[in-house]
Amino acid sequence: MWRRVLALIRKELLAVLADPRSRAVLIGPPLVQLIVFGYAASFDLNHAPIAIYNQDRSLASRDLVARFALSPTFTVKRVLSSGRRIDALIDSGEVRAVVVIDPRFTRDLYRHVPAPIQVIVDGRNSNTGLLIEGYAGDILTDFSRTWSAAHGGDPPPAVLDVRALYNQTLDSHWFIIPGIVALLTQVVTLLVVGLSVAREREIGTFDQLLVTPLRQIDILLGKGLPGLIIGMGEATVIIAATVFWFHVPLRGSLAALYLALLLFVLAVTGIGLAISALSATQQQALLGAFLFMVPSIILSGFATPIANMPPWVQELTLVNPMRYILVVVRAVFLEGADLSSLVPQLWPMALIGLVTLAVAGWLFRKRVV
Amino acid sequence: MTESPAAALSAAEEAIRVENVRRSFRSGKRTVEALAGITARAARSRITGLVGPDGAGKTTLMRLIAGLLLADSGRIEVLGVDVAREPLAVQARLGYMPQRFGLYEDLTVRENLDLYADLQNLAPGGRAARYAELMRMTGLEPFLSRLAGRLSGGMKQKLGLACTLVNPPALLLLDEPTVGVDPVSRRELWQIIEHLVRDAQTTVLFSTAYLDEAERCDHVLLIHEGRLLGSGPPQDFMAEMSGRSFFASAPIGRRALQEILAGTAGVIDTVIQGGRVRVVTTASPDPQAIAARIAGLALTPVPPRFEDSFVARLRTPGASGEALPAPGATGTVTAGASGAEGSRDAVISVQHVTRRFGVFTAVDEVSFEVARGEVFGLLGANGAGKSTTFRMLCGLLPPSAGTLRVAGFDLRTAAATARRRIGYMAQRFSLYGDLTVLQNLTFFASVYGLSGPAQARRIEWARTEFAFAPLLAAKANDLPLGFKQRLALACALMHEPEILFLDEPTSGVDPLARREFWRRIGTLATEGVTVLVTTHFMEEAEYCDRLLIMAEGRVLTEGTPDAIKAAARRAEVPDPTLEDAFIAAIGARGAAAA
Repeated sequence: MWRRVLALIRKELLAVLADPRSRAVLIGPPLVQLIVFGYAASFDLNHAPIAIYNQDRSLASRDLVARFALSPTFTVKRVLSSGRRIDALIDSGEVRAVVVIDPRFTRDLYRHVPAPIQVIVDGRNSNTGLLIEGYAGDILTDFSRTWSAAHGGDPPPAVLDVRALYNQTLDSHWFIIPGIVALLTQVVTLLVVGLSVAREREIGTFDQLLVTPLRQIDILLGKGLPGLIIGMGEATVIIAATVFWFHVPLRGSLAALYLALLLFVLAVTGIGLAISALSATQQQALLGAFLFMVPSIILSGFATPIANMPPWVQELTLVNPMRYILVVVRAVFLEGADLSSLVPQLWPMALIGLVTLAVAGWLFRKRVV
Repeated sequence: MTESPAAALSAAEEAIRVENVRRSFRSGKRTVEALAGITARAARSRITGLVGPDGAGKTTLMRLIAGLLLADSGRIEVLGVDVAREPLAVQARLGYMPQRFGLYEDLTVRENLDLYADLQNLAPGGRAARYAELMRMTGLEPFLSRLAGRLSGGMKQKLGLACTLVNPPALLLLDEPTVGVDPVSRRELWQIIEHLVRDAQTTVLFSTAYLDEAERCDHVLLIHEGRLLGSGPPQDFMAEMSGRSFFASAPIGRRALQEILAGTAGVIDTVIQGGRVRVVTTASPDPQAIAARIAGLALTPVPPRFEDSFVARLRTPGASGEALPAPGATGTVTAGASGAEGSRDAVISVQHVTRRFGVFTAVDEVSFEVARGEVFGLLGANGAGKSTTFRMLCGLLPPSAGTLRVAGFDLRTAAATARRRIGYMAQRFSLYGDLTVLQNLTFFASVYGLSGPAQARRIEWARTEFAFAPLLAAKANDLPLGFKQRLALACALMHEPEILFLDEPTSGVDPLARREFWRRIGTLATEGVTVLVTTHFMEEAEYCDRLLIMAEGRVLTEGTPDAIKAAARRAEVPDPTLEDAFIAAIGARGAAAA
């Protein structure tokens, strides 16, 4: 039996790798995506354009403006001399925020009463808006503390002292790039497995396979294992790029990471085979793959935390294998997690894999015979 | 016939003029010359047949004439207009029905017609009358509100034709409209086209790979491998061959007879036709010399066919026929090859088999048996249930009721074991196109459980038997059609099966490759391999020992090709062809049902 399955696996790999187009699809787009996502996808705010309307023109207010100007987060694009153009500047998107310093700023500072600073933020992208608000608050807190120390005011009664664990500089690439390992592994595996049976149906070789002594289980293995091999290969390339190109630390056990990836790819293979069994043409298989892919990414915690989702959606994410593998990759990369701490993520993936493979096998039988 | 075709045509009578046209394509790393300098004419208000096997260049020439492709060199004039210069002016006056006509399967017949009427800017006022005419012509009237996807293959082609004709064209280009269409629908399509030429004076260019259709054309352009082999009325082609065709019969088996005749000097073609062998001789035949070789040989002169002249052209020295290795009896079969045409143990047994799809019964209480070493043909119109029966026999579909036994195994309980004894060659030769010839062979050998020396021995067998040696590293997709077919057969035979299933194995391949293929099948059958063929290509049916004709899921008739032909003998058809017999059998059933 194994010799036959091996022949099928060999043929499958040859067919994928011999066709220059499918070879290009396997290697090109994932690497391009990795590079693009790796550089482009970031939650950090850098060089956000702002305008400053300083009505105070004193030493203190100039010091504050300098703090904004020197911060890597902001770039001062405009210095305004009247408040008339504020709305237009934000409306056109030329600046993301305008800092307005009140004429009584210095006077209030010396009188030890709250000195008002207004920040007008472009709220169209709520995420950026919140980030600007946060960074502006940080700059102001810092300014207040320095001022109090120098001019003998009361220090703030309570001070926030933040220390980030795992990702000391809170570099969001460290959060996103390990996620891409999971994302691209899923995309490639799903496409390879999902299209393989549909392609053979289209050219008529699937009937040819079915009349050979190969049994359902042999075909299932012969179609599933190449996906597994290619998926693991893809994951290895991306992990290497993550560590050696993007310098994201890999602190945990590599063996644990691979075991988890294996279970994940197994689950995705089951889903891919089920899609393949249901589709008569490659186009249907492609549509099916995307139908699964988009919700699985959105409901995985790749970009938005699962904890922020409504409870019923959170329940829904429990059947999404990507949800678990994301926890694993982040844990292994950043926390240095080992096998024992990952068990709560591993068994659900194994269970999902078992169920999807069984369903795929059943669908196969139903469709083919 | 001369190579300066129809020189007598005056410019006014000419619909198409093709002057020394060349066109090549790149396929992978190879450059394929699809048309290697063709010069031809087609007359107005006539049916001109563009005849040749698959890969001859028919579609390329059609697309050039329709202005959808540009020639590398040469010139094409259609209805007096240079196509390369004014493609739109030409396209406005022609109707083109490509091989896969773009019917929208989720639209009804009526909606498809409306769509093409809109696309061709037919004024809404004139539609009702035109539709009525087209529906009367095609007989699709009762199906106006049926989805196009639910029509049979023949009806789809008729609808495609109707859509092409919505706005009556001056020139109609039909690219292989009869492919995959059963003989009944094929005849109807021809009648529609003949009406069109007679009543509307339409000029028709009709391409086909079925050489017998050439006889229905007014003028034939015979092309092969991008070259024009001949041009003229089909009668001229046949007149060339008069006195050279015979039916041979002798008191030995027909396959043995064919083998002997094929090796006889003066014989250029031998084809099995029912119980006899059809022989074509060289230009100056000497029937006595041929008859002297075999005791009791009787030669009866028969009228020539179009195909005879094609084969004669290819087989004469200097023609481009490939050197084909003679199929050798190389011990292909080891599994119980008793090699007796007479032994009657049933290798395939079908008992009261029924298959339903929902409420539709595709196969209804069908029973038949096939003996060892028999070549058995399963025929039927589109939708008669023959494909369903075939798929059940291959173990691709379980029956709803009844039993199927193949090589002694019940397909319900031991399908995988039974499949080990089966070789299967699908229609259109399903091979892995991106794999090389050697990889394809190795894959199928391994899948059938061959390894080590056994595998090496079979691959060596395929290499010599099919002359693959120079092609082992070529990708299957880049092979010429004839070689693809050989490779498909080799793959199906890697494990030396007892039973071989063939699904329309030689439709469209050139006549020489077809002969080679069937000689090989004949050799296999002599060695004890049981062969089951499903087809609606009558030429293939003639090679069978026994035929089963199905209609509407039931067995219509069963018997040898000769017996089936004899049953259709009438005063007005004294010597019916198998196609006549097939149509008569189906017609009789229709009459009985009415």
